[in-house]
Amino acid sequence: MCLPFLFAQGSGHLTVGAIRKVEGRRNAAVVARIPVTVEAGYHVNSNAPLEDYLIPLKLAWTAKGALEGGEPIYPKASTEKYEFAEKPLSVFTGSFEIAASFKVAAGAPAGPGIAAGKLTYQACNTKMCFRPATVDISVPYQVD
Amino acid sequence: MRRLSISAFLFAVLALGCFFVFRSSGNRTVNAESLRPASQRKLAPDFALKDADGRTVHLSDYRGKVVLLDFWATWCGPCRMEIPWFIEMQRDNRDRGFEVLGVSMDDNGWEDVKPFLAEMKVNYRILIGDDRTAEVYGGVESLPTTFLIDREGRIAVVHVGLTSRRDIQDGVEQLLRSDPKVALDRDLVSALSLRPR
Repeated sequence: MCLPFLFAQGSGHLTVGAIRKVEGRRNAAVVARIPVTVEAGYHVNSNAPLEDYLIPLKLAWTAKGALEGGEPIYPKASTEKYEFAEKPLSVFTGSFEIAASFKVAAGAPAGPGIAAGKLTYQACNTKMCFRPATVDISVPYQVD
Repeated sequence: MRRLSISAFLFAVLALGCFFVFRSSGNRTVNAESLRPASQRKLAPDFALKDADGRTVHLSDYRGKVVLLDFWATWCGPCRMEIPWFIEMQRDNRDRGFEVLGVSMDDNGWEDVKPFLAEMKVNYRILIGDDRTAEVYGGVESLPTTFLIDREGRIAVVHVGLTSRRDIQDGVEQLLRSDPKVALDRDLVSALSLRPR
C-alpha cells in the first residue's frame, strides 16, 4: 500500500559540498572548511543537543594522512521549538560550515594526500525523524 | 395521501432505528476514511523478533487481534510523543482483542531501550527491530511509522510520521468493531483446547 512511499523516504536530508584543498608547509596550521546543507524543511541535531536522547551531529576523522589535530569547530546552533518536543531543541538548518583546524606534520612528505572522516547526523522534520546516517568526508591536502 | 403517510411512517421508523444503532455503538463517530477496505488489504509480513525477556515473538502470534505495530526509536522526538497515547490505548482496549507492539529501531538495542521503557512505564510489548524486518515493511526510514493490522493479519492503514491521536484511535476503534466474532471464536477454541479432559 504505502511501501513505495516508504522506500522513497531516504535519510539523505543532508549533503556535503565540495571541500577545497588545504595547502601548507610542514608544521603549518591549515583549516579545512566543510560545507554542509540541510534540506529545506528539515533539521539535524546540533553537535550539542539539549536532550540526552538525541543523536548529535559529529565529525570524526578516520585517516588524517600527513595532517594532525583536526578538532571540528561547529557553527553556532539555533534553538527551535517543535510540536513533538516539550522544550526547544538545538539544531542546524540550511547551509553552514564545519571547520577543522589541522597542523601539517613535521615529518610529512611533500605532495598531495587525503584526510578522511565521517560525518554522522540524524535528521527530522516537524513530523518524523530519519535513521542516523553517515557521510564520508574527504579533505584533499597538499604539503609544500 | 395514504401512500405518503406510509412512506413518512417508514422513514421515521428507519431514522429512529439508525439513531438507536448509533447510540449503542458508542457516543463518538468513527472516521472510516483512513482505513483501506478489507478487500484491498495486504497481509502484514510476519517476523520473529525478541522481546525484553528474550522470548521470540511472531506477528502471526497475534492473529485474531487488532494490532498497532509501531516502528519507533528512543532518539525520535515524534515517536516519544505518541508513546503515551499507545500506553493508554493498550490499557483501554486490551480486553477487546487489541495489542500494541513496538518495534524499536535503536542501533544500541536494549541498552538504550530498557531504561526508556522503565521511565515511560510502557505497558505493551517492545521488540528490537532489525534491517530485515524494516525491509519487509518497506524500509521504514521514517519514524514513527505505524501500521494498523486487522484481526486477519492484514494492513488496514499505515501512518508515516506523527499522526493525530484521533486518527489512530478512530482506526483502532473501527477495526475493533469489525467482525469481533473472529476473535471470540479463536478465544473459544483456545479455551476449549486448554480445558482438561
